[in-house]
Amino acid sequence: MTTISDTRAVSTRRRRRTRPGSKAAYAYIAPFFLLFAAFSLYPWLDTAWVSLHDVRLSTYHQQTWIGLDNYKNLFTNAFFWRAFKNTITIGIISTVPQLCMALGIAHLLNYRLRGRTFFRVAILMPYATSLAAATVIFLQLFDKDLGIINWFLSELHLPRVDWQGSKWPAQIAVSSIVTWRWTGYNALIYLAGLQAIDGTLYEAAAIDGASRWQQFRHVTIPGLRPTILFTIVVSTIGASQLFGEPLLYHNGIPDGGTSYQYQTLGLLMYQQGWTNDRLGLASATAWTMFGIIVIAVLVNLALTRRRAHHFAAPEAAPTLQLSEVTR
Amino acid sequence: MTSTVDRPEVHGKVVATGSEPRRRQRHRGQPMHGGPGTYLALIVVTIVSVFPLYYTIVMASHTNAELARKTPPLLPSTALFGNISKAFELAPLNKGLVNSVIVSSCITAGTVAFCTLAGFAFAKLRFRGSNVLLGLCVVTMMVPMQMGIIPLYMLMARLGLANHIEAVILPTLVTAFGVFFMRQYIASAVPDELIEAGFVDGANTFRIFRSIVVPAVRPAMTVLAMLTFLTAWNDFFWPIIALSSQNPTVQVSFQSLATGYAPEQSIIMAGTLYGTLPVLVVFALLGRHIVGGIMQGAVKG
Repeated sequence: MTTISDTRAVSTRRRRRTRPGSKAAYAYIAPFFLLFAAFSLYPWLDTAWVSLHDVRLSTYHQQTWIGLDNYKNLFTNAFFWRAFKNTITIGIISTVPQLCMALGIAHLLNYRLRGRTFFRVAILMPYATSLAAATVIFLQLFDKDLGIINWFLSELHLPRVDWQGSKWPAQIAVSSIVTWRWTGYNALIYLAGLQAIDGTLYEAAAIDGASRWQQFRHVTIPGLRPTILFTIVVSTIGASQLFGEPLLYHNGIPDGGTSYQYQTLGLLMYQQGWTNDRLGLASATAWTMFGIIVIAVLVNLALTRRRAHHFAAPEAAPTLQLSEVTR
Repeated sequence: MTSTVDRPEVHGKVVATGSEPRRRQRHRGQPMHGGPGTYLALIVVTIVSVFPLYYTIVMASHTNAELARKTPPLLPSTALFGNISKAFELAPLNKGLVNSVIVSSCITAGTVAFCTLAGFAFAKLRFRGSNVLLGLCVVTMMVPMQMGIIPLYMLMARLGLANHIEAVILPTLVTAFGVFFMRQYIASAVPDELIEAGFVDGANTFRIFRSIVVPAVRPAMTVLAMLTFLTAWNDFFWPIIALSSQNPTVQVSFQSLATGYAPEQSIIMAGTLYGTLPVLVVFALLGRHIVGGIMQGAVKG
């Protein structure tokens, strides 16, 4: 014990000065920054350089400078604009209901419940299922002839839907995969935010005779604002990059359906690069997508912020989830 | 010496933070008990979450002829093992599983080790440029991987790693999220006095890291390991570009299942079930910790 109090006295004196081991600190952060520089930073920057060249997969070391031709090509291309529109519509269909439902589920989970761990784990099962497996599974559920969803519709005397060939049903089907996988995850993020809200507010509201819906609107939503903002940003980034679901939904062909009805920008980039052997053009698409992501995030922030009366400090925004960013 | 004396204290702290949410709830007066409507709604949500997985088992255990009947089956049957062995002919599922185990384990080990080290440096050591470097680290979490995918592929081709699992392991061996997550945890879970005491006793930084920091932040390392493993296991975008269908991860091998000619649904589902079940079983066992980790990650920072 005496040693500890002794060291405290010494340590306060020492604290303002550099501690021993400040050189070692560089060694400890070196693995992260070296790997990051080699496999993230360099590729990001090089994408810009490659986008100004004509590059083929087979002869990737021979790059022909063509200036902004790839971008001109892209912006005058009907495929690009179709993919752009599809990305936006699928993005809206997949994230808006998802986040609304997640909020509702989080509200339910925040009650005192029997078996709450069971419910939490159960709603996270889709998140643990990979997008590849989930898409293959949903492909069978949405099958026009043998799928259980069309069987269910026909039992209800509703017409069978062509979930693959028709545009909107196909986009809804692709979106439903995203929604299924991420709703529970976002519900848990919201739940964590809810638990940070002072519970006495609910008691006060209840005493004042507020209904559950009024409590939800006037206590829950304002308290969750930073968390909601965070999930909107992350979901926007995720939706802008959507790739795996529409790829596997058409059996691994990157056209997004026979009439390109659900081809997203991520899919278009893959098709340009790896099917059509135009890596320069694909790089131009990548940078354009990044620009779109930045704009989409800013627009979403502006929209959310305008409606926010008591906007919480941005420092309160929760940590980014790796899995969401890279999905 | 210091480490042996102080360890229990640190552990006590960690345990206390672990059980904090439950205690806080009781004190603060949570909203009321859920009514029957709450349970009903949650049961519906649970069914929607689990039904596609359950129905995978149902489809995987029937023959295609049975699935084509007017009323589809709703209970599992007996054809499961036959279907799985047929699925092996469509896709190299076992090779995919082995590759996925190797890839995910390497990525998890690398991420936990490197991110804990870097998180320790950012949380407890003072050095020039630490704020700028940490800021850089946080900003990069926002940049999507698709941004660099083409040069990354060309880089791997130049290194002769295209179609090798090293190409999948190397780029994700560290994550900015991991560094930030560990930094936040170490900053709050390890008292500065403990580090100072270690220095005064003449321990070098690595000894302090090993004997003080690592034991104190083991719960956070476990959470990071679970989240990283799950993400690595389920990753699809980069593996499908970097690998071929002859040397796939299990996710890439699912593509071969779905692209086969004259696809038989029951066999596709059997293969998907076979490749998904291991991670779902692990998830069912560790699920509560992963739930805790996600919620903890959401509030920290």
